[in-house]
Amino acid sequence: MKDDEYLLKVDNLLKWFPIRGGLLGRTVGHVRAVDGVSIAIKKGETLGIVGESGCGKTTLSRTVMRLLDPSSGSIVFDGTDISKLKGRDLKPFRRRMQMVFQDPYASLDPRQNVRSTLMEPMGIHHIQHSGEDRNRAVEKLVEIVGLNPDHLARFPHEFSGGQRQRIAIARALAVNPEFIALDEPTSALDVSVQAQILSLLQKLQLELDLTYMFVSHNLAVVRQICHRTAVMYLGRVVEVAPTETLFENPKHPYTKALLASVPLPDPSKRTDLVALEGDVPSPVNIPPGCRFRARCAYSTEKCALTSPGLFEFGPGHGAECFYDIDFKSGSKKEVPAT
Amino acid sequence: MVAMSQGLDQDVLVVKDLRVVFHTYAGEVKALDGVDLTVRRKEVLGLVGESGSGKSVTALTIEGLLPQNGEVVSGQIILAGNDLLKESSADLRISRVTDMAMVFQDPTTYLNPVLTVGSQITEIIESEAKLFTKQVIADRLIELDRLEGEGRITPVLEKERAKLKSLSSGAKISKREFKRLSRLYAINILRQVRLPEPERIFKDYPFELSGGMKQRAMIAMALVRRPKLFLADEITTALDVTVQAQILKLLTELREQIDTSVILITHDLAIVAEVCDRVAVMYAGNIVEVADVNELFRNPLHPYTKGLLASIPRPDLKEQEMKSIRGSVPNLIFPPSGCRFHPRCDFAFERCPLEKPKLLEVSKGHFVACFLYEGGQA
Repeated sequence: MKDDEYLLKVDNLLKWFPIRGGLLGRTVGHVRAVDGVSIAIKKGETLGIVGESGCGKTTLSRTVMRLLDPSSGSIVFDGTDISKLKGRDLKPFRRRMQMVFQDPYASLDPRQNVRSTLMEPMGIHHIQHSGEDRNRAVEKLVEIVGLNPDHLARFPHEFSGGQRQRIAIARALAVNPEFIALDEPTSALDVSVQAQILSLLQKLQLELDLTYMFVSHNLAVVRQICHRTAVMYLGRVVEVAPTETLFENPKHPYTKALLASVPLPDPSKRTDLVALEGDVPSPVNIPPGCRFRARCAYSTEKCALTSPGLFEFGPGHGAECFYDIDFKSGSKKEVPAT
Repeated sequence: MVAMSQGLDQDVLVVKDLRVVFHTYAGEVKALDGVDLTVRRKEVLGLVGESGSGKSVTALTIEGLLPQNGEVVSGQIILAGNDLLKESSADLRISRVTDMAMVFQDPTTYLNPVLTVGSQITEIIESEAKLFTKQVIADRLIELDRLEGEGRITPVLEKERAKLKSLSSGAKISKREFKRLSRLYAINILRQVRLPEPERIFKDYPFELSGGMKQRAMIAMALVRRPKLFLADEITTALDVTVQAQILKLLTELREQIDTSVILITHDLAIVAEVCDRVAVMYAGNIVEVADVNELFRNPLHPYTKGLLASIPRPDLKEQEMKSIRGSVPNLIFPPSGCRFHPRCDFAFERCPLEKPKLLEVSKGHFVACFLYEGGQA
């Protein structure tokens, strides 16, 4: 696959937060929130990022959006490395990359009505100069997200959670972006409303040729709307594959356990849910070797010594594990060194 | 009203025609509009609905924890034979301490950050010393018997056993002895909720525990009373799926071990499918459908239940077409007339805005409040 097919290519991205301590406030350690992540997203594709809380998925999306400065690594957007750009050089990319946040109660300014919420980004990025053009653009925006022009004069507190999330999506669309990072866009919503927002996002992607990075902890949602999915654990992507392959044939024991813990909305398919004991370890003192080793049922001495690299199990399907495990029989064989 | 009970001794809790309003500056919020609910012995009843449906208000009313602006307009809440809405506050306190316990969504806000986990558990025991004396002694005696079975009994422990036996036959227990026994009792409960190293956790402060461990500690505090009824309000919502799975498993195990019924309040139908025996679906302050869990998922009747089931994303199916219910949850200061679901319902007809449908049994154990099924199952 050629490199220029990818709209966004992240290579070996690191984001460490310093921990300061002592009288002089010296750096005494690091929270290794994102610790060497490489992902690539094709034009028009949705890449899902899943993992438990504290795995670094939100930090990853914020670093990719340059809301946080990466500690090292590169973020190539449409052929340009934006990881070190600043100010005026970065601004055109700010327009092309937008973000929708989890909590629409916090991400909208309570003192701005919908019209000015949607017009502000146009002003910042000098889109639609005349007031009349902007008015027309704003009316079109509320229509494509399923609200009506009467809503423009209202303030956020007059809307329900689902409607607010529609406004947040309209705001992201106001500057004609190519890429949208969606950070848990439906977690704060009820299921019936969640379904509305997800179909809206799918419709917009087709109509406006958008590329999404969809961050979520909800595996069921990811299965329904992502083309490819990356699973994160303690700051690293441990498995990435086309969504169907990942759900039908996971290769990393963590992915397998995560899928097994999801309750199914079908009482005839009750299973023994518990697949993992214990909690995610702290990202401050990451032990050497494989990060998942302590909770893994298949770990060996080798796992404690070195960390596994990404092994290609199939086309576009990679996992960071030394073993090719057959989860039914429990047998495993070592994969060739990468 | 419809009789929903099958022999009174089987029912731990019966709620009848419960109406609750909240007085706010904007007006009177009609939060519960005639809720009927029965919880049988040793069952897990799922109470599901979206935010604003009244599931948490139902729980708070049963617990007697309604905020000051909440008022019970009418209804009965009968727990183990006593009507909680009629009793005097002193009797009520005892019946709540011994008969029911609750665990809430966010363990971080409900644990006291400046007290150790252990002292928060022993506080419950020591505040009701009379109630718990027998229980802590019995618990320790069982423990000693277990040690004997393992051949680990020493002369010191043998002496302790003799002393405890005299205590259980009525001798006065010293304060110090009671404190020691309540500590052991608390550690045993921490062990029962599968916390690793319970002796260490007893001395830990809440901030030293992870989210899942805190929720286990909350469950431990609830179990101190060996409650007949356990109210679990969104207990896994703040947890990750792998931890959620552990907590749900613990809950079902405990139900088997100690004879208790559970009301599991959740917005997640997948959790209901996984652990509940029966399900009650709430919408805008009403119970719209009650059925056995298999029946509800196989044969949902109420249009709202149907819509809710069709809108859940399935982790086990690909390319599923997700449907949604149009509109949103109504404002309960001015609730829709008649059936409160009619403005969002695809099957609404002339009668729906005029009259409120009753919760009727359409097939064995399957209740639904909808005019479509008044003449039996359509």
